[in-house]
Amino acid sequence: MFDNLKIMWHQGKQFIPDVTTAKVPGIFRGRPVISNKNVDETALEEICPTHAISKGPVRIDLGKCTFCGECAIQFPNKIRFTSDYKISSNEREKLIIIEGDENPILVNPDLIRKEIHRLFGGSLKLRQVSAAGDNSCEWELNASNNVQFDVSRFGIDFVASPRHADGIVITGPISENMAEPLERCYHAVPDPKIIILAGTDAISGGIFADSPALDRSFLSKYHIDLYIPGNPVHPLTFINGVLSLLRKI
Amino acid sequence: MNYISIHNNQSIALKDIPEHAYTMFMETNIALMKGNPARHCVNYFGYSAADKIKLICCIADDDLHEIFVSSTVVDKGYQLPSFTAKNHNFEKFEREIHENFGVKYSDHPWLKPMRYAHNRADKNEKIENYPFYQVESEELHEVGVGPIHAGVIEPGHFRFICNGEQIMHLEIQLGYQHRGIEQLFIQKKKLLERTTLAENIAGDTTVGHTTAFVNLWESLCGYTPDRSLQFSRTLALELERMAIHTGDLAAICADIAYQLGNSVYGRLRTPIVNYFQEWGGNRLAKGLIRAGKINYPFSEELATRLNTVLNTYEPDFEEITKKFFKLPSALSRMEKTGVVSYEQIYEIGTVGMAARMNGLCRDIRFSHPHDMYGSSIVHTPIIKHHGDVYSRAQIRREEIRQSMTYARKLITEVPEFKKPENFTLNPGKGMFAISLVEGWRGEICHCAITDQEGDLMVYKVKDPSHHNWMALAQAVRSNEISDFPICNKSFNLSYCGHDL
Repeated sequence: MFDNLKIMWHQGKQFIPDVTTAKVPGIFRGRPVISNKNVDETALEEICPTHAISKGPVRIDLGKCTFCGECAIQFPNKIRFTSDYKISSNEREKLIIIEGDENPILVNPDLIRKEIHRLFGGSLKLRQVSAAGDNSCEWELNASNNVQFDVSRFGIDFVASPRHADGIVITGPISENMAEPLERCYHAVPDPKIIILAGTDAISGGIFADSPALDRSFLSKYHIDLYIPGNPVHPLTFINGVLSLLRKI
Repeated sequence: MNYISIHNNQSIALKDIPEHAYTMFMETNIALMKGNPARHCVNYFGYSAADKIKLICCIADDDLHEIFVSSTVVDKGYQLPSFTAKNHNFEKFEREIHENFGVKYSDHPWLKPMRYAHNRADKNEKIENYPFYQVESEELHEVGVGPIHAGVIEPGHFRFICNGEQIMHLEIQLGYQHRGIEQLFIQKKKLLERTTLAENIAGDTTVGHTTAFVNLWESLCGYTPDRSLQFSRTLALELERMAIHTGDLAAICADIAYQLGNSVYGRLRTPIVNYFQEWGGNRLAKGLIRAGKINYPFSEELATRLNTVLNTYEPDFEEITKKFFKLPSALSRMEKTGVVSYEQIYEIGTVGMAARMNGLCRDIRFSHPHDMYGSSIVHTPIIKHHGDVYSRAQIRREEIRQSMTYARKLITEVPEFKKPENFTLNPGKGMFAISLVEGWRGEICHCAITDQEGDLMVYKVKDPSHHNWMALAQAVRSNEISDFPICNKSFNLSYCGHDL
């Protein structure tokens, strides 16, 4: 008993008091900023392993970016990754950062379906579906609910059954072999329901985008409510993204 | 000689691998493996060569620190006798060859689809029609779980045959995570694309798989990594081991409903992964390991910082560990649960923790050392002898301590780091290379073959889970089905690493 109390005491305060303003340690690669400097744009475009960079003007698509940072290493005057982890949006095109753009990425409140705030504002239960995910996003989604990030303080939880869920969170590029289970899981969730894509693999296929072993037809059939970039998504990116969708921040 | 003997991370000309008729090839490899636990098959794979299939088999000898490589060429439609009928170590390898190339085996005891790969020979085989083992009985019942599981984890299907609460048999069906990685290695031509692929084979083993890739690539290109690169890889491997083992202990606590342990181990993982972020900008070390360079040089400041992280981690880790490993209610759930005997793991050919849990010494850091193992770090594998959940938890406890010691030792001598520069690495022509790395799960093996132009022609990845899933299936037999989660967590195997 005393041992247990001692252990608890020794942990100190682990939880992050405000997950919307917390600073990430070190050199986190979050929202990139592209300067107006002149560089060899073709060389820059060539570097990117997932064709996330395009030129004229230079743009980075965070839905394709694996955040490897190679472009910033090769062209430090042109590209800089900031530690801004709030990079989720409900508009796919808002994930594209254009030269000179230093504005934060936002969730557009006008495009959020009305029922989302009304029904899920107080409690949101999510069923996660790993569709050929590499277990890194899954890992970070689990971390979102550890004692530090503690996403359940906002009434946001992962549940075991799609029948108990208000929506699904998809990770991974969606393999052919997972296409049907994903579809069935989605249909098992009662209406109204939301779809969140977590991680670069889910949003664009990432490094696997041109693999013939994928079947991403699910994504063209249904409305995607939130895109959360990252490879993997940082727990703070996930939490802030979902909170914006629920209009809690 | 019937085979060529090479070392870890050695490249040889493809034509130097002896090629024999299938019977001779089979007899050689079966004889090499017979009755010697120090020898195990690290890779056995095929590829299309003209209208035939070339098979390459790599047997590692842990005592001699060598790998014996031999090959054969077989016709597509022919029926062959299987290795598996004589040695079960080859079971998965032959299933893979059968699935990918349609090679028929006359006496393979378990010739079922392995992962329903996109490029499989028989497209009529569908993942929804997997032929599960069945028992006709009025007393027994089946329990199907998955592919989507109750937690935030990867997909796979588990089919239990139970007598009441007791598991008689478990069959694990995988393949849902198949993304065609080996094909993509060939399809993509740039080094960074391939490195990114390696990082995404299994996100929880980013350092392990990427190290295997870069070591292999550098070997193919005849590039010798300097001390700073070897230092980074070794340190990152040990930190990855620490982070995941800590998380696994949290997961084991969760499955026996020990909330305090779950919270404390769970939160102790954070400083280690955050340290990766401080070093390389990513909590899972994506972007850190690169062939021929490192974009995030290690520094004295990072060394000091790591020292602080470890010094803060250690007392809290030891405190909860002392409590957890003496708690009667925890011990009663772990001891004698999910036991796999020495005979079973030897027969299956498990690797890593799933071998060391019961007296089978398999640890690449010790047997086929790479990077700074064998020089700065002289590794002693941690071996347990009960093969139960408790043994697997104990291995994690002790390996965390060991990794901490290694990390501390490494940072006492931080080598000088160069600025990352760009240069082209060109692989040799008509080469074969093999790379073994001890990831936190166990032995990772990557093999590559280049063609006459020096282009990558074959890339073969083997995650330790390839061997170890069968050990989990054996572990749960005669256990209650309610103990399945803790057995599963105590192995913590990779779905994506298996499915590729």
